[in-house]
Order: sequence, then C-alpha cells, then structure tokens
Amino acid sequence: MHNEQFNNRNVSDNGYYLVDIEDYPTDGWGKFKRVVKRTFRGELFVGLWVVLREMIKFDIHTVSYPQEKMPIGPRYRAVHEMKRLWESGTERCIGCGLCEKICISDCIRIDTKVDENSRKEVTEYSINLGRCIFCGYCAEVCPELAITHGGRYENASEQREHFVMFEDMLTPIDTLKAGKQLEFEGFGAITPHEDERVKKTPLSY
Amino acid sequence: MDVAYLIETVIKVVVVLLIFSALAGIGTYFERKVLAFMQRRLGPMNVGPYGLLQVAADGVKLFTKEDIIPSNVVPNIFKIAPVITAATAFMAAAAIPFLPQFTLFSYTVHPIVADINIGILYVLGMMGVGLYGPLLGGMASANKFSLLSAARGAAVFISYEVVTGLSILAPIMIVGSLSLVDFNAYQSGGITHWLVWSQPVAFVLFWIAAFAETGRTPFHLIANDHEIIDGFGTEYSGMRWGLFFIGEYANMFFISFVIPLLFLGGYGDGSMLGALGLLGKMAFFFFFFLWTRAAWPDVRPDQLMWLCWKVLMPIAVINIVITGLVMMF
Repeated sequence: MHNEQFNNRNVSDNGYYLVDIEDYPTDGWGKFKRVVKRTFRGELFVGLWVVLREMIKFDIHTVSYPQEKMPIGPRYRAVHEMKRLWESGTERCIGCGLCEKICISDCIRIDTKVDENSRKEVTEYSINLGRCIFCGYCAEVCPELAITHGGRYENASEQREHFVMFEDMLTPIDTLKAGKQLEFEGFGAITPHEDERVKKTPLSY
Repeated sequence: MDVAYLIETVIKVVVVLLIFSALAGIGTYFERKVLAFMQRRLGPMNVGPYGLLQVAADGVKLFTKEDIIPSNVVPNIFKIAPVITAATAFMAAAAIPFLPQFTLFSYTVHPIVADINIGILYVLGMMGVGLYGPLLGGMASANKFSLLSAARGAAVFISYEVVTGLSILAPIMIVGSLSLVDFNAYQSGGITHWLVWSQPVAFVLFWIAAFAETGRTPFHLIANDHEIIDGFGTEYSGMRWGLFFIGEYANMFFISFVIPLLFLGGYGDGSMLGALGLLGKMAFFFFFFLWTRAAWPDVRPDQLMWLCWKVLMPIAVINIVITGLVMMF
C-alpha cells in the first residue's frame, strides 16, 4: 500500500467527474414521467441482485471472535509487560521511579529498597488498570526499555480497581530462555538500524 | 355434524397451530441467517450446530422473562392486544388449503380446517382484524412512539387494504368463487392455466399489498425500529412481545401460501409433485420477504399512502374494468 495516490490532492486529474443530475420536474407531466421512469428502470432488481450475489459468493467477512482473533499491531498499547535482560535474565527495571513520576493518571505505585549488594531493588510494583489510560508515557520514559506495552487487551474484573503486579507483568524466565521475549516497537523503543545511526559521545572525538 | 367431523377438525386445528408456531420460530432463524449471508456475516452460530437451537434459546428467554405491565397503560387492552395479533393470524389459516387432499390409513384427509365458500374474503378479513393488535397495543401503551405506530398502523391499513381488495376482485370475477379450493381447481390444468398469465397486474398489486399487510421491509412502517423504536412493541416484554412476533411471522407464512394459491396454480392437480410445488412456491415467497429486507430501503408513511391511493388503486380499478369488458364481450 503506497501513499502517493492519496498525497496527490489535485482532484481534477484523478478520474473524478461531476455526476449528471437531472433538474427536478416542476410541472405535473414532468413528475409523471419521472415516476414512470423510476418504476420501469428496474433499480430495485439491481439491489436484489447485489445482495443475492453476495449470498451466493458466500464471502463471509466475520471473525468468530473468541475462537479467532485479528492480529494487532506491534505498537498496540495494551496491558504492560516487564522485560528481562537478554544476556543475564535479570529484570531490566532499575527502580528509578520515572514511570511512577510521569504517570498522568497516577496509577503506578513503586516501592524500592537497597539490597545487600547496595543496589536498588524493586520490592513493590503495581499498576491500577482501572485508572490506567494506556497513554504509553511510562514505556516512553523508561530508560532501560523495561516497562513496555503488550498485546493482552482482554481484561475482565469484578471491581473497578484491577491491579496488575510486577510478577504478573514480568516475562517468565522460560519464555526468555526460549528466546521468545518480544521487544516492543512503540514509544521509547529503539528504532531499526539504530546501531548505524548512533554516534559516539563527544568525549571520544 | 357428527363426532368424527368434530374430532378431525380439532386435530387439524391443533396440527396447524403447532406446525405454524414452530415455523414462526424457525422463520426467525431463517431470517437471521439469510440476512446475515446477504450482509457477509455468519448469523447465529453458537447455540447448537450452526446456531439451529437459537430459536429454543430465544423461546426460553421469552417464556421466562418477567411480564411487565407499565403503570400508566390501560391494563386490559394492553394485555389483550398481542393475543389479537397472534390469534387472528392463526384464525386466518382456517380457510387456507395447505396441501391437496390425501389418504391416510384409508381415510381421506382434507388439509384445510374449514372449506368455507368465502375463503379468500375470510382470510383477508381475518388478517385485517389483526391490525387491532398493533392499534390497540400502541394506543394503550402510554408511550409516544407506540402512539405514533398505532396512528401509522391505521393510516397504512386503510391504504393497502383498498389495493388488496380491488386487486383480488378481478381474479374472483374470472374464477367466479371466493373459495381457495375453487381457485386451485380453476388453475389445476398446468402452468398455462395459472391466473398470473391472465391477471399479471393483479398479481403484482396483490404481492405489493402483501408486503404492507405483513408489515415487511419496503413498508415496514408500523414497527419501524430506526424511526419509532419498536413502535407498538416498545412497552412490551417477554411472551407478550413474543406473541406479536409469532403473529407477524405466521402471517408471512400464510400470505406466502395465499399468493401461490391465488395466482400460481397452488398445488396443481393434487399429486405429490403438486403438493411439493406449493411448498416450493411458498418457500420462494417467504424467502422474498427476507430478500427484500436485505436489499430495499423503507418508504415513508406518506409515500406508502401516495403509492396506494394515487398509483396502485387507480391501476387496480382499471384492471377490474378491463377484465370486466373482456369477460363481457
């Protein structure tokens, strides 16, 4: 699918033409002629043929939803996911709290502590999906590409406050080991061919 | 009047009632499926194989729903109105010969409840009385949309009933009888004897009026969902609403029997093939009701009245005059 045909806004040379519309009849004889013409032109049978043709072709466009699902775009912003580092399998989240800070609907809550290696460790992390508006700011602001959006859009809950916890969002370790962790291509993700475009820091010039 | 005749009639009534109540339910299934296929959808698929048990699910829902009588309605009229629609629809079936007579265990069965000599007049009259369902239900509902629907019902009714009566007059003049059995006997000589060849105008007029009679799509004005919610059915729920529905679909089946009996030879010479032919013709006319619903837009009430009074009625009168002149000379 290319955009060129839509970018050309000069409608005069795109095959557009004015529809030839007759003037409305003013006198009785003209109205009578119009009625006769419309009656015997057989437009109603054109309509009948069109729907019968579709029935015979049986070209069903239905997706039987719970059994079949339409593919969604990789940039779709549904329930969040927490990614792991490819090499070590540890969580990417460093507990910086930027996502909590930027969240405009105030639905992320994060608690951290300093662990025995003097590194920051996430102890509590929850997202209230009842408040989340799936704007994608948390994924955009994350410096480690740790929190991203996934494709799980079917949510049902017994109450308005529907929380999702860190462990539920984290990629299971066996999924990572199988090499099936999907990188998010939306806000904040690295663009393709980023390696060729990146420049060295000015310090090394 | 002997006892055997009474028992036979009661059995016939029960059989007609049961078969056409079931057919009305299955008719809704056909309608959903046909409309869905014409709109590239699948229609009901989840209840039973290919959604066949959807009818049963709807029935369970309608029967078990709470029977709500809103506080401002006129209760007695509100309660009786759906019964009128359903009852008159089935009463009209009494004079329709559904099949040729056949012999069952050396007993000749006439598949018509009452072969009265005013058959078609009775059928059309009974269907006309059926209008009191929407009219009274709409007026008793204490709802603006129901009232609009009742007013439309009355206006539409006097429009199409004129066309129905006048269009059927010319074939009656030719056949010389009002009984549908006599109509069938007149056309039993094969396809060339069909009344549609001598009365094509009356056939088309009666067909058009049948759409108004049953309230189907080009003339779906009385319960027009997208203009006046559900019209007279707005305040109804549960089985009372279901009775309106059964009446409408039973009416569609009966008029689909009447049109072939009047114009297209009915069951012909009374053989097995003729009986199947009548069922086939009935199936076509029923399918056509669904087909037009998928294809055609609705007209406005004033357009329907314009059509009936200014176009169809003059044509019907001219048709009668020409038929009379041809028969006279």
